[in-house]
Amino acid sequence: MPRKPLPVFLERSSYRKRRVMDALKLLALFGFILWMIPTLWPDGSDPDAAPVSMSHALFYVFGVWFVLIVLSAAFVSRQSGPKEKAGESDAGP
Amino acid sequence: MTSLNVLIAVCLAYVALLFFIAFVAERAGVQGKGGWLLRSPLVYTLSLSIYCTAWTFYGAVGNAARSGLEYVTIYLGPSLVILGWWWILRRLVRIGRSHKVTSIADLISSRFGKSNALAIVVTLMAVVTVTPYIALQLQSVTLSLSIFSAAEQGATPDTIDNDAAAFWIACGLALFTVLFGTRNLNVNERHHGVVIAVAAEAIVKLVALLAVGIFVVWGIAGGLPETLARIDASDLGTWQTSGSRWATLTFLAATAFLCLPRMFQVMVVENADEKHLRIASWAFPLYLMLMSLFVVPIAVIGLEEMPAGSNPDLFVLSLPLSQGREGLAMFSFIGGFSSATSMVIVATLALSTMVSNHVVMPVFLHLRQGGASQSGDVREVVILSRRMSILAIIGFGYIYYQVSGGSGALASIGLISFAGVAQFLPSMLGGIFWRGATRLGALWGLGVGFMLWVFTMLLPSFGAGAVLSAEVFEHGLLGLGMLRPQAMFGIEGMDPIVHAVFWSLLINTLTFAAVSLATFPSPLERLQGAQFVNVFDHSAQTQGWNASVAESEDLMIMAQRILGAQEARSLFSDQARAQGLSGHLPEPTPDFLQLLERELSGSVGAATAHAMISQIVGGSAVSVQDLMAVADESAQMLEYSSQLEAKSKELSQTAAKLQAANTKLMQLSAQKDAFLSQISHELRTPMTSIRAFSEILRDTEGMRPMEKAKYANIIHSEAIRLTRLLDDLLDLSVLENGQVTLNHQTGNLGELLDQAIASAQAGASNPIPIHRRRLNERLLLETDLDRLCQVFINLITNAQKYCAAEDPELHIDVTEKDGAVWVDFIDNGAGIPAEAREMMFEKFSRIGAQDSNGAGLGLAICREIMARLGGDVSYLADAQGTGFRVVLSHSRAVAAQ
Amino acid sequence: MGKHVLLIEDELNIIEAIRFLLSREGWQVDTHNNGTDAAQITRELKPDLVVLDVMLPGKSGFDILEELRSHEETQDLPVLMLTARGQSRDREMAEKAGVNRFMTKPFSNSEVLTAVRDLLYVHQQKA
Repeated sequence: MPRKPLPVFLERSSYRKRRVMDALKLLALFGFILWMIPTLWPDGSDPDAAPVSMSHALFYVFGVWFVLIVLSAAFVSRQSGPKEKAGESDAGP
Repeated sequence: MTSLNVLIAVCLAYVALLFFIAFVAERAGVQGKGGWLLRSPLVYTLSLSIYCTAWTFYGAVGNAARSGLEYVTIYLGPSLVILGWWWILRRLVRIGRSHKVTSIADLISSRFGKSNALAIVVTLMAVVTVTPYIALQLQSVTLSLSIFSAAEQGATPDTIDNDAAAFWIACGLALFTVLFGTRNLNVNERHHGVVIAVAAEAIVKLVALLAVGIFVVWGIAGGLPETLARIDASDLGTWQTSGSRWATLTFLAATAFLCLPRMFQVMVVENADEKHLRIASWAFPLYLMLMSLFVVPIAVIGLEEMPAGSNPDLFVLSLPLSQGREGLAMFSFIGGFSSATSMVIVATLALSTMVSNHVVMPVFLHLRQGGASQSGDVREVVILSRRMSILAIIGFGYIYYQVSGGSGALASIGLISFAGVAQFLPSMLGGIFWRGATRLGALWGLGVGFMLWVFTMLLPSFGAGAVLSAEVFEHGLLGLGMLRPQAMFGIEGMDPIVHAVFWSLLINTLTFAAVSLATFPSPLERLQGAQFVNVFDHSAQTQGWNASVAESEDLMIMAQRILGAQEARSLFSDQARAQGLSGHLPEPTPDFLQLLERELSGSVGAATAHAMISQIVGGSAVSVQDLMAVADESAQMLEYSSQLEAKSKELSQTAAKLQAANTKLMQLSAQKDAFLSQISHELRTPMTSIRAFSEILRDTEGMRPMEKAKYANIIHSEAIRLTRLLDDLLDLSVLENGQVTLNHQTGNLGELLDQAIASAQAGASNPIPIHRRRLNERLLLETDLDRLCQVFINLITNAQKYCAAEDPELHIDVTEKDGAVWVDFIDNGAGIPAEAREMMFEKFSRIGAQDSNGAGLGLAICREIMARLGGDVSYLADAQGTGFRVVLSHSRAVAAQ
Repeated sequence: MGKHVLLIEDELNIIEAIRFLLSREGWQVDTHNNGTDAAQITRELKPDLVVLDVMLPGKSGFDILEELRSHEETQDLPVLMLTARGQSRDREMAEKAGVNRFMTKPFSNSEVLTAVRDLLYVHQQKA
């Protein structure tokens, strides 16, 4: 397959951007794990387990959401910063 | 009190505003103005919000009132998908743009070899799953209208004519969609008007919901801490969602976000720039978060404030109304109205594209025998079919609404629809990530998944006894316990939604994978598969046309009909200029045909465009597979390797032949060496005796006369032996060179044998006993009797010399058969080993190392003589002992008188 | 001092000639006419010299020579080889097998006598 050569791993100008790209790729996985934690909470079927209050649940779910949005915005803005082309890898996974 | 008429007036005004916005945007798009807005990531993000329909606008609160925080999963799934845009969405958008994909049906069909069958299946599945969803939107609008009428008149909600309201709403939506959805045919030009209107509606519904939320938290509950306290104190105060539902619904929502036709429309088809995904990756989750932020507070406060029995699905409206905030309530109503209309418009647009491209157009083209280049405006037909499809789909939605009678909680219909479109997921993801996925795999996976969805989710949703009898629920389909719609394979106790999603998607995926593994993709499938999976490596090369025969004019005529005269002319002349031609028609190069196919596929779908071009390019019905087989790289490889295989087989056969020839040559060469040694030995041995004894005679004095005579005798006999050997050699040489003169005589076989035996046994120390049947020997022969006698003598001498039996004997049998005469010489010796038989008639060949009394010329001489006489001598492999057969041909044997 | 020679040869006339020549010189001549047990016979008769033909029924002269050289009591025994196959390859094979003198048929009687005398003399010097 014809591919443009990948950038040198440690190339200075793009190194940080490529790592930001890595973080961006992992963000969804990170979010998925955090949002699946509620499946571990007692769902009320077990009377002995101390229930999680709704306000806590709300804070948790929306807190994760907020963090993800902020991280995503930060990553995207850094990643597609002034030098657009540098470090951007179009190669598929 | 807001009068219903005012409400309707506001509604109409709002709709008029939307029409105006859409109209302005459309104008701006045509004139190339306002690009900054039309192509802004903000508009893209807002257009994605058609994900939030009336179901989520109203239903989320109802859901929260019933099941707590579970509603939020519907937003978590899409948030995850768009946060992970790099993995799937980026790929989908790139594929969609580079292949001019017009719908999800087009995507799946293109991927699997532009299969029309697959496109039709996906289209029908989409219509079946989405139509109830459209009905749901109609229902939500009429329901919300009824709240106002109830509040106004203090009577039952039935006082307003729901059916009429739904009907007029449907008509309005159809009108809007037809006007702005089919203005231009080429989907690639995008529906600026629709997108802008949808984006505007997105803002309206978000602001409306936020307004209601803020009013509830700060206006009714008295602030955030108080609200939280009331939430914790309410029935919803603790976490009650089961883990399996939480995970399944999140997954389902994520899947639906990818697979819903309307989402595909705004996300992929209407995407103007891949970079918009980056902004959307955080902006859209933000939108979703804001949409769901106040849902729980509204639900909790609604449950407390509203009278028992109020429909929680309408708290968003009824709460402000109950507090006397009619303005807010009306704003909220407009928000819900926005959610419903934007969803219906885009969903209908997406579905109508699919129906028109994959069902109506192929049927139309098929019915018109003449093919695509015949007269008649296809462009008109495409637009007409598109409009008819829009009307039909909204019509179906209205009929569904009428028939179902507004029953059931809103949320359940939404989830059923989600699970239905989720069946596209395995084929779609498999198609873009796995080159091994095949058309049959996709067809089977989709079919099986869809049927399971119908059986475990759609039919049970109508309730026991409606379509499926209670009997089936209890004991399974056809009385099979395995096939109970809510406990498949005997596994009970699962939540019905989790159950249906789990089984339908699992079996869908397994079938898709298994059939794909078991079948082999056609060349076109392989090619499209490689292009889809490696979309980031290819610079958008769909499979090329090999079309020197294609007529540019025919193509022009066809393109005009589909793209419109103006566009087609400019496209063609641009291409002609790009090719460096002065006229307005380009050469039908493969590149041009490919470009044209893409342009057309934007209007009529990939499969149809491909079929139309192939009709013109091929002159007749071109087999797409045939064309592709030539171009397809892997097909060539396959062909090449099979040729190689044949070649190497040929080579190895030749090598084997060469080896055999070489072996024979080696044997001959070794034989020649052996002969030279032998001939040397044969010549030197008598000469040794002659020299030794002649020196003895010369040098020895006083020798007795008897001794002298004896030694002279030895010298004489050795000289004769030497002479005979030289004779043999000369004889063979003459025979081989064909210089022999045959002296034909007539004689009796018996007498000839007598003569031969006498010669052979003359001087032999122990002559071999010979058995004959003289009766059979009474045959007259006409041949060279001397030569034949020589053959007989040689054979008898051989038997005499080499027969190793204790009491050697020789049988000579004469047989007359079919006019030929066989003379067999069979002794009671050990026979000749098989490996020596092949060589023994070769001259100078000797069998075994120990026979020192011959030069190995006897049999070679025999064979040469018999060949001259027109007969043969051969070894009798099946004789007891060593046997040779001399065959005299018919013409040479004369029957005895 | 023994003058005992063993002649291994299958051609009757050649046996006759060599026997005549050597017995006149005072040798005791034993003859043997096949190759199969020639080496064994040699060990039994313990001759002072062997005259060996190459083409023998049963076993070739080369094989017999090799067998003689592999036994202790005959490994130094002088061997005169006679062959009618006048190829140089045969001489090489014979020398490799450890022959003392190699002669091609037809030979002159005086050569044979000289060779026999020389071989015996050298052998006795060594011993």
